[in-house]
Amino acid sequence: MGDLLQTLITVISVGSLYALIALGYTMVYGILKFINFAHSDVVVIGAWTSFTTAAVLLPRLGVTPTEAPWWAAAGVLMLAMVVCGLVGFCVERFAYRPLRGAPRLNVLITAIGVSLFFQNFGQLKYEVLKPDGPGKPAMSLPFGAQPQGMPRLVGSRALNDATVSRGTLAGVDGAVVRLSEGVSLEERRQYSIRVTPAGAPRAIEAMVVAPAGRYEPGQDLRVGFMPAGAAPGSAYALVRSARVPIQLVDVAIVATAGLLMVLLQLLVYRTKFGMAMRAVSFNTTTASLMGVAVNRVISLTFVLGTSLAAAAGFLYSLKYVTLQQTAHQGWVLLGLKAFVAAVVGGIGNIQGAVLGGFLIAFVEQFGARYISSDLRDVYVFGVLILVLLLRPTGILGSTVREKV
Amino acid sequence: MVTAKWLLCGLGLVALSAMLGLTGCEKKEGGGASAGGERPAPKAAAPRGQTPVGEGNTYDTGSGPIKVGHFGSLTGPQATFGQSTSQGLRLAIEEFNAAGGLNGRQVALVEYDTKGDAREAGLVVTRLVNSDKVSAVLGEVASSLSLAGAPVAQQAGVPMVSPSSTNPRVTEVGDMIFRVCFIDPFQGQVCATFAKERGISTVAILYDQSQAYSAGLATEFERAFVKLGGTISGKQTYNEGDQDFTAQLTAIRSGNPGMIFIPGYYTDVANIAIQARKLGVTVPLLGGDGWDSSKLAEIGGTAVEGSFYSNHYTVDDPSPVIQDFIRKYRAKFGQVPDGLAALGYDAARLLFEAMARARSLHGGHLRDAIAATREFHGVTGTISINDKRDAVKPAVIVEMKGGQPRYVATVNPE
Amino acid sequence: MSPVSKLDEQAALVMPDRGRAALNALVTGLACIAAALLVHFVVGSMVGPFVTRIMLDAGVMIILAVSLNIVNGFTGQFSIGHAGFMAVGAYVAAGITYYSSLALFGSYQAQTGLISVGSLIFAASALVGGLAAAGAGWVVGLPSLRLRGDYLAIVTLGFGEIVRVLLQQSNPQLFSWDETRAASLKELVPPPLGGAQGFQSIPTYTSLFWVALFVAITLVFCFRLKRSSEGRAMLSIREDEIAAQAMGVNITNLKVRAFMFASFFAGVGGALYAHQLGTALRPTDAGFARSFEILIAVVLGGLGSISGAALAAVLLTVASALMIELGPWRMVLYALALILIMIFRPGGLFGVKEAWEVFGGLWRRKAVAR
Repeated sequence: MGDLLQTLITVISVGSLYALIALGYTMVYGILKFINFAHSDVVVIGAWTSFTTAAVLLPRLGVTPTEAPWWAAAGVLMLAMVVCGLVGFCVERFAYRPLRGAPRLNVLITAIGVSLFFQNFGQLKYEVLKPDGPGKPAMSLPFGAQPQGMPRLVGSRALNDATVSRGTLAGVDGAVVRLSEGVSLEERRQYSIRVTPAGAPRAIEAMVVAPAGRYEPGQDLRVGFMPAGAAPGSAYALVRSARVPIQLVDVAIVATAGLLMVLLQLLVYRTKFGMAMRAVSFNTTTASLMGVAVNRVISLTFVLGTSLAAAAGFLYSLKYVTLQQTAHQGWVLLGLKAFVAAVVGGIGNIQGAVLGGFLIAFVEQFGARYISSDLRDVYVFGVLILVLLLRPTGILGSTVREKV
Repeated sequence: MVTAKWLLCGLGLVALSAMLGLTGCEKKEGGGASAGGERPAPKAAAPRGQTPVGEGNTYDTGSGPIKVGHFGSLTGPQATFGQSTSQGLRLAIEEFNAAGGLNGRQVALVEYDTKGDAREAGLVVTRLVNSDKVSAVLGEVASSLSLAGAPVAQQAGVPMVSPSSTNPRVTEVGDMIFRVCFIDPFQGQVCATFAKERGISTVAILYDQSQAYSAGLATEFERAFVKLGGTISGKQTYNEGDQDFTAQLTAIRSGNPGMIFIPGYYTDVANIAIQARKLGVTVPLLGGDGWDSSKLAEIGGTAVEGSFYSNHYTVDDPSPVIQDFIRKYRAKFGQVPDGLAALGYDAARLLFEAMARARSLHGGHLRDAIAATREFHGVTGTISINDKRDAVKPAVIVEMKGGQPRYVATVNPE
Repeated sequence: MSPVSKLDEQAALVMPDRGRAALNALVTGLACIAAALLVHFVVGSMVGPFVTRIMLDAGVMIILAVSLNIVNGFTGQFSIGHAGFMAVGAYVAAGITYYSSLALFGSYQAQTGLISVGSLIFAASALVGGLAAAGAGWVVGLPSLRLRGDYLAIVTLGFGEIVRVLLQQSNPQLFSWDETRAASLKELVPPPLGGAQGFQSIPTYTSLFWVALFVAITLVFCFRLKRSSEGRAMLSIREDEIAAQAMGVNITNLKVRAFMFASFFAGVGGALYAHQLGTALRPTDAGFARSFEILIAVVLGGLGSISGAALAAVLLTVASALMIELGPWRMVLYALALILIMIFRPGGLFGVKEAWEVFGGLWRRKAVAR
C-alpha cells in the first residue's frame, strides 16, 4: 500500500514535468505542424541557466544558495524562462522562419541540426568570470562536459515527517549523539536527527542507525554520520520519516507546473492573443487574411513554449539535482518521453498534452515498479504505438479528414 | 540552374580531391597484408611473441617527437570520462617532456574524439596506427569502445594500453593490448568480500544495464557474494539517462537489504543516493571505482555519507606520488582528479617507463617492454602486468566521510 | 491479386522474350561482381587502411541511405527508425557467423581468402539478416496502413528505441563452442547476443569486395525499382496518395512493400557494418542518433534521388572523417552546416532528380524520364 502511494506521488510529480514539456511540443505542432526536435534542448538550457544563476550569480549577490529565501528561487525561475524565451525566439526567427513552407523533412532536419548544435555547443567551456573570492565559483559559458550539482534551493525535507522528540544535544562524538530526552524507536521505521547549529537558518540532518528500542535521556544514539557544525548544546529534533514521504520539492513542482498550466489555459482561451493563436493553428492562410499577424503569433508561441520548457528544466533540476551535461542521454530521453506524451494525448491539443504527460508517467512508473524496471522505455513506446494504432491522432486529437 | 550544376560539379570535385588527398597523405605500409585486400586474421588469443618483433611500424629511427595516440570520448554523452582521462595523460606527457623526454625526444600527443561511438573508435584508431604512425595507443574508457579499437591496433602491431576498460575480454584481443586498471571479476570479489566482512548477509543490487561496466561488475559481484554465502535480496536495473530511481528503490526498500550495491558511475550514483535517502533507505551504499570523483560528494552531499566504494587509491593517502599528482593536477586543471584522470596519468607513465626500457620503439619491442612491467609505482597502486596483460594491483575500500573518501582497507590480489 | 501485380503480369506477357530478361539479369549480376572485384583489387591496392576504412564506412552508409530513400523518397512516407532495421540485420547476421564459426572452425577468426567457406557463410548470413530486417519492416509497415506523415515517423522512432532496449536484454555472449553447447535454455533465450556489453569478436569478413558488391546490388535494385511499374506506383503515392488510389494503385500493399525492401537492404548494410574490423555491435546502434544520420544523408541528397542519397552518404562520411582533427568543434560546425544547407538548399543536392538529369546539359545526355 505504501509503495503504491509512493509510486502515485512520483507519477504526479514526474507527470507534471512531462506535461510542461509536452505543452511546448504540442503548441508548436498545433501552429506549425512540425515536430520541434530541439525542444528538449531548451529544457536543458533552462536547467543549466538555472544552475548558473543559482550556483554562481546568487553567491555574488551575497545569497547562499542553500539558505536562499523563496523569492530567490522564483527569481532563478524567471531568469531561466526569460533566457529560454529569447533562445526560442532566435531559433524560430533564424532557423525555422526561413523554412516556412519548405517540405516537412527539411524543417525536421533543421530541428535536428538545432538540437545537435545546442547539445555540442553546450559542452564547450570557457571561463567568462573569474571567481571573486575563495570558494566562489567561476562563471563559465557554455556549460562544460562535467555534471554539476544543483544547489538545494528548496529544502530537502518531507512535509509529513513526525517529530517524536526534541531537546539539546548533551554530547556529540563522531557518529554518536547523546540525547537529553528519552524516545522509543519503532521496528522498521526510519529516524533521523535534525540539529540546528547556533546561527544557522536550516537544520542539518543525520540518519539514525541505532537499533529499535527504548532510549533513556543521557543514552547514546548511533547515527550514520554527523555532519560538521553539530556541537554539544545544539538544539535537536528527532524525526520519524513518514512511510510515504511527501517531499517539499514535489509539492513545489506540482504547484508551479499547475499554476503555469492554468495561466496558459487562460491565455489561450480567454485573451485576444490566444484567439489569434487558435486561429493560426486552425488555418494559417485564413487567419492572415482576417488580419492576424501570423509571424508575430508564431514567434510568441515559440517564446511561450520555450519558457514553459525552461520552467520544466528548472523544476527538473530541483528534483534531480545532478545536472547532466547537455548531450546526455537523460535529457534526450526526457524530451522523447514528453514528446510521446504530447502525441499520445493528441498532438496540437493542450489538454491532451497534460493528460498524456500523466499517462506516460503512470505507465513508466507503475511498469517499472510492478513489472520490471528493465523495460521501462519499452512501456512508454509500447503505449505510444498502441494508442496510435487504436486512435491514430492520439486520445484527444481531432481527426483530420484528408481532402482531395 | 546552370549555377547549381557548376556548384554540384565543384562539390563533386572537392569530394574527389579530398579522397585523393587522403590517399596521398597516407603512406603505404610494406607487405601486401594491409590495404583492403584480405586482411590477415587479427591475432587474437595468440601466444605472446607471435607477432614478430619489428613487424610494427618503423618510426623510431628519426629524432622527431615520439607520437602517442589517444582515442577517447571527448564529446558526446560520456565526454566527462574521456576528458578526465585526457587531462590525466596530458599531465603525464607534460611532466615527461619537462624531464627531458626519452633520451631528449619529446612525446607528442595525437588525440581523436570517438563521440562515444564504436564505429568512430575503429575509424580513429585506424587513423592513429596507419596514418599518424603512433608508437602506442592509449584509450578508451568504455570497454565496448576499447574492444572496437583493439583489433585494429593489434593487427597493425601497435601496442595499446587501456587506462580504464575493466571488461576481461579487452586484453584477450591479442598480445598488443594491455590495461592498467583491475578487471571486473577482481573488483566484484573485492566488494563482495568487503560486504561480507562487514557482517552484511543480504545485499540488493541496482545497476545500469546499458553500461557494460556496470552490468559486468554487477554480475561478478553477485557471483562472488553468493559464493561467500550471502543472499541477493533484489536486482534492479536502470538505463543510461534515467534520472528517476523511485520505482527501483521502492522495490529494493521492501526487500530490506543490509546494503545496496550500485556499480554505476558517479554521475548517476549521486542522484540514486539522494533519492534513496528521501525514501528513507538509510543502509550504506556500496560501489566500484566508477564512483571516484569529487563531484560525488559535491552533488550527493550528505546522502552519500557513510557509503563505501572500491577504488585504485585514496586522496588521503600520504604517499608522495599521490599527493604530488593531486597537487599538480589541481594546479593545472583547477579540479581534484577523479579516478579516470589518475588512470590516464598512470597509463601514460607506465607506457613511458616501458619505452625507456624497450630496445626500440618497434611494436614488438615496446610490447615486450610493457609486458615486462613489474612493480611500477603508479598513483593508482603498484602495478605489475601479468601474462594476460592485465594489471595486477591492490584495490582499496574507501568510505565517504565528511565529503571526503577515507581509507578503510586494502585488498590485495591473490 | 492487386492491380499492380496484374499490371506486372501483363507487362511480362507483352515482353518479347523471357530468356532475354534472364540474360539481362545475368549480365547485370556479372557486371556487379566485376565492378566489386575491380574496386577490391585495383582501388584496394592503391589506398591505405585508413582510406579503406572510410570507403567501407561510406559503402555501408550508401546502402543505408539509398534503402531509406525507398520509403522516404519514393513512397513519400516518413521513417526515422532506419537504424532499428539495420541493427536487426546486424545482430542476426553477426549471431549466425559468430556461432557458426565457433561450431565449424572452433574460433571466431575470419577465414582468409576472398572466397572461403567462412565468407560464403557471411554472405548467406547477410542475406538472412536482411530477411530478418525485412520481417521487422513488415511488422512496422503494417501501422503505415493507418498512420500518415508525422505519426508514422513517431512509430518508426519508437520501433528503433524498442529494438535498442530489447537488444539490451539479450543474454551475455558465449565465447566457445563448448560453452555454447553446454548452455542452458535460460542462457540461450533471449539469444546470447551480449546485451549491454555489446556483441564482440565478430569475424571480420567485410572487405571492399563485399561492400562494393552489395552497394552495386542495392543501386541496381533501386534504379530498376524506380523505373518499374511498381516503383512508378510508389512515386505516385508520394505525389498524391488519393489520386494514386483512384488510379487503382494498391496503396497499403505498396507501402508495406517499400518498408520491406528498405529494411532488407538496411539489414544487409547492418551485416556489413557488423563484420568490419574495428567495430563492436552495441544496442545503441539501433537508437535514433544513427537513424537521424541516415535520414540526413537522404534529405541532403534530395528526396527520391538515388544518386543524390549515395553521393550525400559519401560526402558525409568523408567530411566527418576529415573533421576528426577539429575535436569538440566538429559537431558544432556539422550542426551549423546542416541548418545552413537546409535553409539555402532545401531541395538537397539534386532535388528529386538523379545526378545525370541535373548534369544532363553538361554531358548532352538525354534526361531519363522519371
